[in-house]
Amino acid sequence: MSERVPPPVPVPSAVALPYSEGLQRGEFCVQRCAACGTLRHYPRLLCRECFSDTVEWQAISGDGHIHSYTVAHYAYHPGFAEDLPYTLVTIELTVGLRALGRWLGDAVPQIGAPVRMVLVPGEPYPRLSFAPA
Amino acid sequence: MSIADKACVTGIGETAYVRGSPKSAFELQLEAARRAAEDAGISPRDIDGVIPIGVVSGIAEDFIDNFGITDLRFSALIPHGGASPTMALQSATALVAAGICNHVLIAFGRNVSAAASKAGARIHQMPQFHYVTEFEYPLGNCAPAQIYAPMAMRHMQLYGTTVEHFGEVAVACREHALLNDNAIMKKPITLEDHRNSRLIAEPFRLLDCSLESDGGAAVIVSAAERAKDLRHRRVFISGVAVGHPDSPASITQRPDMTSLGLGKAAPRAFRMAGVTPADIQVAEIYDCFTYAVIRQLEDMGFCAKGEGGPFVADGKLRLGGALPTNTHGGLLSQAHIWGLNHIVELVRQLRGHGGRAQVPGAELGLVTGYGDLGDGAIAIMRRE
Repeated sequence: MSERVPPPVPVPSAVALPYSEGLQRGEFCVQRCAACGTLRHYPRLLCRECFSDTVEWQAISGDGHIHSYTVAHYAYHPGFAEDLPYTLVTIELTVGLRALGRWLGDAVPQIGAPVRMVLVPGEPYPRLSFAPA
Repeated sequence: MSIADKACVTGIGETAYVRGSPKSAFELQLEAARRAAEDAGISPRDIDGVIPIGVVSGIAEDFIDNFGITDLRFSALIPHGGASPTMALQSATALVAAGICNHVLIAFGRNVSAAASKAGARIHQMPQFHYVTEFEYPLGNCAPAQIYAPMAMRHMQLYGTTVEHFGEVAVACREHALLNDNAIMKKPITLEDHRNSRLIAEPFRLLDCSLESDGGAAVIVSAAERAKDLRHRRVFISGVAVGHPDSPASITQRPDMTSLGLGKAAPRAFRMAGVTPADIQVAEIYDCFTYAVIRQLEDMGFCAKGEGGPFVADGKLRLGGALPTNTHGGLLSQAHIWGLNHIVELVRQLRGHGGRAQVPGAELGLVTGYGDLGDGAIAIMRRE
């Protein structure tokens, strides 16, 4: 038996650290421009609406619907071999942002179907996942 | 000032395309570059601009050292993956049109046979993929097949694009590869073979995916006036343009994930060249995945959005069809040389040197590039 290889570990960038810290608390946190209020994800330095670099982090709802998906049948990293086949869903969140996560439903995802976010316990961070609403 | 028809591709060079080359990426790049200069009929020393493709092989200093170039006037790196070679045509065209350079070398070499260099491992070193690496790789979104699959899945769901449509692209490329002695794939395939090939990342099957291959390719872009005295009939760059998709570093966050940068570039290139898609006689379209060809045909205006599947279904892309495409076999069946092999093939076709895959009387054609998460480029060329 060969030794099991762990999946790649997320390495939070400085600008995105509060996102990872939020996941550990069980929250999905995104950047909110402190100047104009625009939400943004993935994290970046400037607001593309007003170019402000002032940021507040805000926990948002993980509710949304399925925008697209894929089912992985081949492991490009040995750490995912035991998960095959696994499904990745792109979610249109009700707040107007998108998120990618693992699919927890039993059936094939249907584009447009409502979902809710589930943070599946994991180390060092919970795994962002979605289930039928 | 328009740069239309101010530049010509005067030299083309390729190495053998293989799996498991004993040569380094730079050796392959240099070999292709030397052949391109020889093909143009210039001394490698006459090259006065260098745009090396990728950052894994030789850079300008290496070409100065190896070619004895005494007066290199320009070099730049273009970090947009498979769009970079065609993007480099835009830079080279502008450089020679402005009188900054006479002969610009665009050269690429790669050796990806080592496991550590496979796509799933490689891209996570690249800054263009930093969002994917930080937020999606840990979930299992590792390699282009997985990262691009949601675009194709959504296209299928919105527009009714089918497995057979993807298969037709794969079969057309394979048919053409069988006519090319420098193509890696040697066996014919059918639509049924495509459908029966194993799933990689739905909707992509193995035969929807391009090859991992080793080799080098290069072209020389020269000022149109200089090109008169060189070896071959002139092939002019009549229109060239670049475009980036919205949310270029994340497909997940892209407002319309079925849109690509090429949709912004193509109208500019056609306007510059003064032609329409209906005038194009041969196309070399970046085919990292079968889906990418279908989507780019829509972006270029060969058909309306969503109609790319039916457009290819009747064999239009095959030799003898209305739009012979990837006449060398493409990334799907010749080799994956980041599409620099597509530029080489277009020039070959327009010179009438297409061999068994020659499109009869081809005078006007185009080449596209597709890079990273959807960056696009297009060059429309015509022969003298």
